[in-house]
Amino acid sequence: MRIPCPYCGERNSGEFVYRGDAAPMRPEGAEGLFDYVYLRENPAGPLREHWYHAQGCRNWIEVTRDTRNHVISGAILAREARR
Amino acid sequence: MRYSLFTLARQALSGHKGWRPAWRDAEPAEAYDIVIVGGGGHGLATAHYLSRNHGITRVAVVEKGWIGGGNAGRNTTIIRSNYGLPGNEAFYEWSMKLWEGLEQELNYNTMVSQRGIVNLYHSDAQRDAYARRGNAMILHGADAEMLDRDAVRRMAPFLDFDNARFPIMGGLLQSRAGTARHDAVVWGYARAASAHGVDIIQNCEVIGFLRDNSGAITGVETTRGPIRAGKVGLAVAGHSSRVAALADIRLPIESHALQAFVSEGLKPTIPGVITFGAGHFYVSQSDKGGLVFGGDIDGYNSYAQRGNLPVVEDVCEGGMALMPMIGRARILRSWGGIVDMTMDGSPIIDRAPVEGLYLNAGWCYGGFKATPASGWCFAHLLATGKPHETAAAFRLDRFASGYLIDEKGAGAQPNLH
Repeated sequence: MRIPCPYCGERNSGEFVYRGDAAPMRPEGAEGLFDYVYLRENPAGPLREHWYHAQGCRNWIEVTRDTRNHVISGAILAREARR
Repeated sequence: MRYSLFTLARQALSGHKGWRPAWRDAEPAEAYDIVIVGGGGHGLATAHYLSRNHGITRVAVVEKGWIGGGNAGRNTTIIRSNYGLPGNEAFYEWSMKLWEGLEQELNYNTMVSQRGIVNLYHSDAQRDAYARRGNAMILHGADAEMLDRDAVRRMAPFLDFDNARFPIMGGLLQSRAGTARHDAVVWGYARAASAHGVDIIQNCEVIGFLRDNSGAITGVETTRGPIRAGKVGLAVAGHSSRVAALADIRLPIESHALQAFVSEGLKPTIPGVITFGAGHFYVSQSDKGGLVFGGDIDGYNSYAQRGNLPVVEDVCEGGMALMPMIGRARILRSWGGIVDMTMDGSPIIDRAPVEGLYLNAGWCYGGFKATPASGWCFAHLLATGKPHETAAAFRLDRFASGYLIDEKGAGAQPNLH
């Protein structure tokens, strides 16, 4: 699997560290913390997820990948995804 | 028909033309007391124990494909009860005891072969951890034995004992562990359940739930029409999140691909199951001679039922570090199964937060060995409404209450177990 890093271009997935579903947002207080830590949508289909380009530019990126066939339809820097 | 030496001899003399199907391929009826979703080992074992232990026979097992075509046909067939935590060990030891009597109980050759498992250790700290785990196993009535380096060498002289990075110092042995024939487990449970009157319905995918005005589950909507049920139990390893989502439930589970591999057939060389304590690699030898081995999950969410190359490389590197002799053997096949990875690495057998629905999910790496006890305990829960004593810790609310069963001590990380 090759991941299109927005900074470095398409690179082998071995350069990246996976951090899972990008949708959960850390809540300010204790309310919602359980959902954030434990519960997942776990879809069979497109999933927005965080990858860290540890052996490259060291950016956190947000990749949209189909969990049924690993087809990647887009990748942007995570800090831009949050805007 | 009961299987015996006599029936085998009679069939042999008549050209094996008299064998009949071992179980009934049923059509769905309108309603059942209990509908089990998922015709794998766990679902069929649940149906068997519902009829055998609790006398409930108006039961249907609905399966979207063919029985045993999911993870029951995609594992590495290892059975063992070498766990350390109290919430786990009693359950897995109960499973081990059920394996030991399974063939007599089912009148079916499930090829349970207690060849032993040895977990190798490579450091003082790891030896201490295994000694503690072995003591925990003994306290729960299982067997465990610490082996020193010489004892491991007598058992498996082909290991790389003097590896510069990961020298082998010894191992934790469970002699009663071993392997079983995965397909035979499915077929044996299917045959026993079918003989009790359970309907096994294949090619019948659940696409929704029937609910009453209060929101309680009263049946399942399937590709072959609605089926009403007093209770519905989910045993859909790998796809628990998707089926639970049909009932508006989010689970603490991610689906990941776990790969396994088999080499070409070799002469008998590996005595039992061997696990590498410094990497993630485990291996046994099948009755046909193939080395059956595996390692880590691929590490990112997947429903693809196949793995990718980095883990193939990683597993083979682990194998070469442990036993360089396998370097000349060729890999014959590899396959991937989709496993429910929970956030603490332990399973869930509990009521769902919706009335009428019950969960058997989250088996992570270790569903196959749990098959008999999983069925036993899930049947107990479905029949009595109360958890079985050995599975009482596998609660869904443990993630909120903090009573995690974190065998690996890795925290809330589904991709680490």
